[in-house]
Amino acid sequence: MIRRPAGDAEDFRVRQLRARDLLRGDIDGADLDRYVEERVLTTTLDRAVNWARGNAIFPATFGLACCAIEMMTTVAARNDIARFGFEAFRASPRQADLLIISGRVSIKMAPIVRRIYDQMLEPKWAIAMGACSSSMGVFNNYAIVPADKFMPVDVHVPGCPPRPEALMHGVLRLRAMILGDPGMGWRERYDARGTAEVDPAAAAQEAAVVAEAENVFGPGDTAGA
Amino acid sequence: MPDATGLELLAQDLRDADPEAVLDTLYFRERATVLVNPARVRDTLTRLRDRGYRFLASLHGVDYYPEEPRLGVIYELLDMQRVDRLSVKLRLDTTAPEVDSVVEVFPTADFQEREVYDMFGVTFRGHPDLRRILMPEDYEGHPQRRDFPLGGEPVLFTFNEDATPGYTQ
Repeated sequence: MIRRPAGDAEDFRVRQLRARDLLRGDIDGADLDRYVEERVLTTTLDRAVNWARGNAIFPATFGLACCAIEMMTTVAARNDIARFGFEAFRASPRQADLLIISGRVSIKMAPIVRRIYDQMLEPKWAIAMGACSSSMGVFNNYAIVPADKFMPVDVHVPGCPPRPEALMHGVLRLRAMILGDPGMGWRERYDARGTAEVDPAAAAQEAAVVAEAENVFGPGDTAGA
Repeated sequence: MPDATGLELLAQDLRDADPEAVLDTLYFRERATVLVNPARVRDTLTRLRDRGYRFLASLHGVDYYPEEPRLGVIYELLDMQRVDRLSVKLRLDTTAPEVDSVVEVFPTADFQEREVYDMFGVTFRGHPDLRRILMPEDYEGHPQRRDFPLGGEPVLFTFNEDATPGYTQ
């Protein structure tokens, strides 16, 4: 989504007057065409649908362990995830879009969690909240199983338990994913462009191929070879 | 708690009723323990209940590996009139560990015997509904035994970085 500045007060007043003219029927002909062109936004259906989906995610009312307490705090007044449109926790998986796996999943609980996920209607997403549901956390034993082992997870929120802000960040990441903006700027922030590792043997081989091409065709642009 | 003398008197009473009931007594840090014969545990617990120990506070299993016999079942009894506690222990071998159920004597033993069965594989004869209680019913093995593999995901630390090549791929 590209946000345009709202413009100054004078501009706003002009547009207000023009709108009044339109409603009166004072604008017609080429003026009317121009007016409509300026004010109608065209987009693809996919983008419009994704915009709607991403801004009104209904999470399932489903808590597993201590992370669920933080999840409740995320919904409560102080953090208030309703600001972003995700406050409608649905008690039925049929009405939910998002499953927040908030806590440790025991080996006996895993089929139940999976069943709830299967009962949700497409499109659906899952957030693994906290260390336990991502990597079993402090539990390295027979009883706990990480969420990735039995269901697809879209976003992992680290922490033990994550603070409500972290969960909100995770949900917003998911929203960005749904809106189709996967860049999110973290590569730039971590200065991570052009840092791909190069295998020395492969680099030497490539240099040899380039040298051979120069022998045959003469020096020149071999970048496309 | 019965003191050391009281424990010996109690054990002697149990021996008078059944010469093979008590194998040993242990008094350690003001805690009285009777080691009973697994074959007589139900009768012994019935006698103790009739003496006043009417509350089974806990029933749990232990794996004493590498000692033999490895498995143990411990009954914590409480006399609520005299506020008097007594531990009753029995030891079992790992090859087909079987012991009489005490559900008829203490109904609270139902779920706790199921837990001991689930975690240690001790079979309780005469239990009304002996199935797993914590693990899924199709689970294999008894996870609280000491020879059960720790399981779970291998966790990568710096000290075992070289021991698990390909972990991060």
